[in-house]
Amino acid sequence: MTLIAPGAGSAAGDPLEGPTATVDEHGTSLWRGALQRLRRDPFAITGALIVVVFVLVALFAPLLAPYAPAGAQWGNQVTPSDVPGPSADHLLGLDAFGSDLYTQLLFGARQSLIIGVVSTGLGLAVGALIGLLAGGIGGWVDVVLMRVVDVLLSIPSLLLAVSVAAVLGRTSISVMIAIAAAQVPIFARLLRGSLLAQRNADYVLAASSLGLRRRTVVLSHMLPNSLGPVIVQATLVLATATIEVAALSYLGLGEPNPTVAEWGRMLVKSQNRLETDPQLALLPGLLIALTALGFTLLGEALREALDPKFRR
Amino acid sequence: MLQFVLRRLALMVPVLIGLSLLLFAWVRALPGDPARALLGQRATARSVENVTRLYGFDRPLHEQYFSYVGALLRGDFGSSTQTGQPVVDLFQNGFPATAELAVCALAFAVALGIPLGYFAARRHGTALDNLTVGASLLGVVVPVFFLAYLLKLVFAIGVGPLDFLGVFPTSGRQNPRIDATHITDFYLLDGILTQEWDAAWDALLHLVLPAVALGTIPLAIIVRITRAAVLDVTGEDYVRTAEAKGLLRSTISRRHVLRNALLPVVTTVGLQAGLLLSGAVLTETVFAINGLGATLFDAITLLDYPVLQGFILAIALMYALINLTVDVLYGVIDPRVRVS
Repeated sequence: MTLIAPGAGSAAGDPLEGPTATVDEHGTSLWRGALQRLRRDPFAITGALIVVVFVLVALFAPLLAPYAPAGAQWGNQVTPSDVPGPSADHLLGLDAFGSDLYTQLLFGARQSLIIGVVSTGLGLAVGALIGLLAGGIGGWVDVVLMRVVDVLLSIPSLLLAVSVAAVLGRTSISVMIAIAAAQVPIFARLLRGSLLAQRNADYVLAASSLGLRRRTVVLSHMLPNSLGPVIVQATLVLATATIEVAALSYLGLGEPNPTVAEWGRMLVKSQNRLETDPQLALLPGLLIALTALGFTLLGEALREALDPKFRR
Repeated sequence: MLQFVLRRLALMVPVLIGLSLLLFAWVRALPGDPARALLGQRATARSVENVTRLYGFDRPLHEQYFSYVGALLRGDFGSSTQTGQPVVDLFQNGFPATAELAVCALAFAVALGIPLGYFAARRHGTALDNLTVGASLLGVVVPVFFLAYLLKLVFAIGVGPLDFLGVFPTSGRQNPRIDATHITDFYLLDGILTQEWDAAWDALLHLVLPAVALGTIPLAIIVRITRAAVLDVTGEDYVRTAEAKGLLRSTISRRHVLRNALLPVVTTVGLQAGLLLSGAVLTETVFAINGLGATLFDAITLLDYPVLQGFILAIALMYALINLTVDVLYGVIDPRVRVS
C-alpha cells in the first residue's frame, strides 16, 4: 500500500495504475484515488454487485412480481401444519399467510431499501448536524452536545431503538426513526472527531489566515475533508438497518400488519414453521444476510480505499 | 493508578445524571398519561390516581425529578406493571443466568477469535486468511435470533438425515431432574464448587448453543480487530529489529507482536459487553433461559415501562463499569498508559 497524503497524486507510488500513470498537475483527488482502488478490489466489486441487484429488484418489484404483495389471496390453502410449496402458479410456494412467497420476497427488498435509506438518511442528517455544531463551533456547545452523545452511547443501541419505538407507537415509520435515533450519537461522534482532526491542518490555518470567516472555513474546507469516515459509516448502517428491522420485528415492534412484505417480519412470523416449511424463514433470513453482506463489503472496501494505511 | 480510577469514576457522574434525566423525560413522553403508562392498560381509575399521587405526576416537574432520583438512590427502581414485582428483584433474579451466558459467549469469542485473527494475519493473503475474513463478515450479517433458531434446529432438535447432530438440550439452564445444589445461582460454577460433576456437565451442555449464538458477532469482530492489529504491528520497526537480531520467531510472536497487538483487542472486548446484553434479549427467549434478556424481552413486548426504565439504567451502569475495568486492564498491559 502506498502512503500518500490526499491530493498528492497517488499515481507516483504505483506504476501499475494505468490511467493515472500520466501525472497531471492537479494530482489525483482522494475520492478519485479511492474509486480506482475500489475497482481493483474483489470484495468491493462483490459488494457493489449485491447492492446494485438489490436496488434494482427493490425499484422494479412491481414489474418483476407476478402478484400483488401482502394480499393473503390464498389464505384458505394454508393450514397451521402445512404451507403449499412450489407449484406452476407459485414459483416458491405460498407464505404463512397465503400470499405468493416470491412476490413477498421481491417487495421485501423494496421495504428494506426504504427503511434502510430513510433511517440512515435521518440518522446521518441529525447526527452530522450535531457533530458539525460540536466540532465546528467548539467551546461550551461542544461540551454540552458531547455529554448528550455520551449519555445516548451509554445505552446499547437496540434498547435505545426500542425506547424510541415505544414512544412513537407501532408503525413502520416509528421503526425507521428508532433505528435512526440509535445511529445519531455514532454519526455525531464520528464527524466531530473527524473535524477536530482537521483543525490544525495546514490548509485550515491557511484559509483562516486569509481572513475567511470561520463558518466558511468549517463548511467549505473542513467539512468536505471530514466526510470520509461518515460516508463509510453510512454504508455500514445501511447493512445494520436491515438486520435491526428484523430484531425489532422479533420484539414485536414495527408495522402491526402481519402479512406485510418485509423480510424481518416474514422471518419472525415463520419461525414456528422452521421444522415443517423451512424455506419460509430461510429465504428471508438469507436475503437479509446477503443484503447486509453487500453493504458491509462495500463499506469496508470504501474505508480501506479512503485510508491507504488500513490493511485488510 | 488509584487517581486514574477515581477520575474515571467521577466522569461517570454526568453521564448518569444525563441518563436519569433522559429516562425521566422518556416516561413522560410515552403516549398517554404517565401514570397509566407505568401501570399498564388494565389499571383502574383508582390505582391510576394512587400512582399519580405516589410519583407526584401532578406536582411541578423539578420536584418529580428529584423524588425520582431520590427513589433511585434508595434503591427503589419501581415495580413491574405486569407482576407487581420490584424491578430490583427482577434484575437480581435474571442476573446470574445472563452473566453466566455472557461470560461463556465472550470466552468462546476470545478463545477462538484471537488465535484465528492472529493466524490469519501471520498467513496474510493465503486461503486461510481469506476464509477467515469471509467467515467473519458472514458472522456479523446474520440476525442473532435467527442464528439462535438455526443452531437450535440443527444441534438440539435435529433435522431429517442430520438428526444425529441434535445432541444438545433445547432449552433451559439445567435438566430439572438433576438434583443440584445452588449456592451462587451460576449453575456451572455451582456444579464445580459443590463437585457435582454431572450437574456442572449438564449446565455446560445447556450453555453451548446459546453461548455460540450470542458469541458469534463478538467473535467476528474480535477476529477482524486482532487480524488488523497483528498486521499493523508486524510492520513496525521493533519487530524488524527483533528479527534482525536473530530472535526466535516464537519469541518475537509472543513478546513483541502479540503483546502489542492485544491492546486494541482488549478495548474491543470491553465494548462487546453492551452488545452481549442486547444480544441476550434476542437469544435467551429462543432457548428459554430466564435471564435479564428474557425479562427485557417480556418487558418490551408487554410495554412494561418501569422494568424497561430500570433495566436501561442498570445496564448502562454495568456497561460503564465494565469499560472502566477495561481501561484499568489497559494500564496493566501497557505501561505507557500507566505513566501518562
